[in-house]
Amino acid sequence: MADQTLDAKGLNCPLPILRAKKALTALPAGATLEVLATDPGAVKDFAAFSRTTGHELIEQSVDGNVYRFVLKRKA
Amino acid sequence: MTDSSGTKSMSIIVTKGSLDWAYPPFILSTTAAAMGLNVTLFFTFYGLSLLLKDLDLKMTPLGNPAMKMPMMGGHMGMPNLASMIPGVDAGATVMMQNMMKKKGVASIPELRALALESDVRMIACQMTMDLFEYTLDDMIPGIELGGAATYIEVATQSEINLFI
Repeated sequence: MADQTLDAKGLNCPLPILRAKKALTALPAGATLEVLATDPGAVKDFAAFSRTTGHELIEQSVDGNVYRFVLKRKA
Repeated sequence: MTDSSGTKSMSIIVTKGSLDWAYPPFILSTTAAAMGLNVTLFFTFYGLSLLLKDLDLKMTPLGNPAMKMPMMGGHMGMPNLASMIPGVDAGATVMMQNMMKKKGVASIPELRALALESDVRMIACQMTMDLFEYTLDDMIPGIELGGAATYIEVATQSEINLFI
């Protein structure tokens, strides 16, 4: 179970990334953030975001048209 | 320039002020800032309209041969002549705004506020401000004035420099 869930369903690029960044900044190091999005572009975007920022993408899944990402706030 | 902490930088020269052209600079700058880059936007000529307190961004199909909107199950463009008809340009603007809202795309005011919040540096070109007789008072707070040399200095220190 992630420490916090961010509902970004119905939001298009770049909002899922921007909202996730904001939520991650407010979390303590090591905490996890679950992001739910319907934007299919978010799949590649969160992978790139994770690689570039160092916030690890520890889980990723899709359920129907909802994509789920779990990011771990870096130290 | 990758500074001592490994942070990369990006600069964008923003020269256009229509509703469609407003998106690339604000989307790229906010996303880059979210990914840890230092970002500077240099607004000049029609890009200055994006800094106004009262944003009034418009669209036109005139001279836009690639503009085909999703309509009636397909994609439809508009002949240049149609822009002469009163209401057509306004209609294109409203149509774009409705499409954005329907698809959950951020509005320009929202993206602009996010950019400022993310410490994106916004510079307004002094020369074109004077040319079009704009004052800092017409613009949103939080921007600085600068000239070409100011921009060039930023560019020499940025890994990514874009012209939009």
